[in-house]
Amino acid sequence: MSVQVWTYLIVGITFALYIGIAIWSRAGSTKDFYVAGGGVSPLANGMATAADWMSAASFISMAGIISFTGYDGSVYLMGWTGGYVLLALLLAPYLRKFGKFTVPDFIGDRYYSDTARIVAVICALLVSFTYVAGQMRGVGVVFSRFLEVDINTGVIIGMIIVLFYAVLGGMKGITYTQVAQYCVLIFAFMVPAIFISIQMTGNPIPQLGMSSTLNDGSDVYLLEKLNGLSTELGFNEYTSGAKNKVDIFAITLALMAGTSGLPHVIVRFFTVKKVKDARKSAGLALLLIAILYTTAPAVAVFARVNLIETVSDKPYISMPEWFKNWEKTGLLTFEDKNQDGNIQYVADAQINELKVDRDIMVLANPEIANLPAWVIALVAAGSLAAALSTAAGLLLVISASVSHDLIKKIFLPTISEKRELIAARLSAVVAVCVAGYFGINPPGFVAAVVALAFGLAAASFFPTIVLGIFYKRMNKEGAISGMIVGISLMLFYMAKFKLGWLGETPPSSQWWFGISPEGFGTVAMIINFIVSLLVCQFTAAPPLEVQEMVQNIRIPKGSPEIISNH
Amino acid sequence: MKQIYSQKAYWNTNLKYLAILLTVWFLCSYGFGILLVDQLNQINLGGFPLGFWFAQQGSIYIFVVLIFVYVRLMNNLDKKYGFDD
Repeated sequence: MSVQVWTYLIVGITFALYIGIAIWSRAGSTKDFYVAGGGVSPLANGMATAADWMSAASFISMAGIISFTGYDGSVYLMGWTGGYVLLALLLAPYLRKFGKFTVPDFIGDRYYSDTARIVAVICALLVSFTYVAGQMRGVGVVFSRFLEVDINTGVIIGMIIVLFYAVLGGMKGITYTQVAQYCVLIFAFMVPAIFISIQMTGNPIPQLGMSSTLNDGSDVYLLEKLNGLSTELGFNEYTSGAKNKVDIFAITLALMAGTSGLPHVIVRFFTVKKVKDARKSAGLALLLIAILYTTAPAVAVFARVNLIETVSDKPYISMPEWFKNWEKTGLLTFEDKNQDGNIQYVADAQINELKVDRDIMVLANPEIANLPAWVIALVAAGSLAAALSTAAGLLLVISASVSHDLIKKIFLPTISEKRELIAARLSAVVAVCVAGYFGINPPGFVAAVVALAFGLAAASFFPTIVLGIFYKRMNKEGAISGMIVGISLMLFYMAKFKLGWLGETPPSSQWWFGISPEGFGTVAMIINFIVSLLVCQFTAAPPLEVQEMVQNIRIPKGSPEIISNH
Repeated sequence: MKQIYSQKAYWNTNLKYLAILLTVWFLCSYGFGILLVDQLNQINLGGFPLGFWFAQQGSIYIFVVLIFVYVRLMNNLDKKYGFDD
């Protein structure tokens, strides 16, 4: 059977599974819709969080980015995992004890202010919309590459599937489909990785294979070989890297703090039964995420070595089939600049003849390793699982921001439970359509905009929530000023130095402190902390009930059955 | 009064745990994986330069362990104070 037929088959089966789960887990109340009824087990929550977290970027792009940047790619490995320690230790248990439905709920109540609530809603919407645009685009792209369906059609198919289980099941439907999606994506990622590890080093565990010796009798360590190959061609040593330390530090910290400030991740910890379950599921989530994240650098090394050995200084006409296939997609281009019939793949841009899109590294790996067609189809299903699971989590945040934080909490407080549920479903539909629109017409700067999402979360939610839990004196004036300054700075820096909205994009020599826009979230976060702490010293302390609330959320006992507001 | 006193003691112990665990968190990633990475790369762990290993794999393993250590510590602390839910 051809790859395409296998792909239709496997993707079809996974979609049928998701739809089945959606029907089984229909939401009957707002509590079901926003927090899955508050009864999710730690293991299920861990798996759902892992799938929610690992988007198309983690699945497809990350290993490719590391493949091309070597040590510098570590910012993503550490940045996207380290935040879970912050979540488990500083946020999740207390938010679960707080017991309501959303992040703006916490900020609105903790800072006894509807202004704070609205600022939080705006941040949540900004962060979630930018992120979800990228996911829907990713869905379309996977469809077009594997199923030979036009990208836009792919986006629409994705929209329909997500619509089904998000609108029908809300958080409940999303949680259990994410559990299934985790299984699909981890299997899809590990199978090629294990095969290739065995082929290249004889070791079935990719994490160990990465540091093993090559299987070809030369007994050279894989990383040593790669360092040698890289420097021969003019690239940086793979295990050393090119970015300056300050920027690496800043980017890693921005990603970690951003991770723990992302609403769609935080909200997962509202769905478990008790505080100790919140801590445990954070640990389980990280463990499950780590399986992929410690395999990705191995995949990156295998793919890089394979690529260089296959193409470097070899005749173009002798290139294997996978090369020709990917050339057809335009993601691999060869231009024989010196007309010698051989492929020069070097760092010097003048001489370099081969351009490779980073996303190929994961997607083409099974073909490069001559794996059977069903494995390739599995990778397609896995990428879709990753993108859809993240998209769903984001859409729920958007829908809850509208129906719960804006409508129920501010504009129509007397709305009935039934009506709120209808509003929630309607906003989910609208959110899916808007996300789909951005998937079909992506702002040209999707990747930059996702980096912005992390920066915003690091600059707004992380400091404000942490201060809210650990510093009783933190008041509404401090929190609001901190959030506004943090977000504005972040938006300004991104607009000026990355998006070019404030005139020509200045060169990197003009970056503040030598920090890139991706790392600036760290600076904005620190400034939020400083501003918040300063302002709160000069303004009134929070009312007694709020201070008591803070005291209450620090103690696990008496975890409320999640409070429904009706 | 006793309730308040024990809540304070519980919270202070929690803060102590956080300080220790977050120090390790900082050291293994920012310390060994970033600031001291060149020095550590002089040492080889199997086929891995050590700094590089911390940055790409080691710190992640340590993060997982840190969270589970915290879970265990807090479960015990909750029981000790009768605050478990």
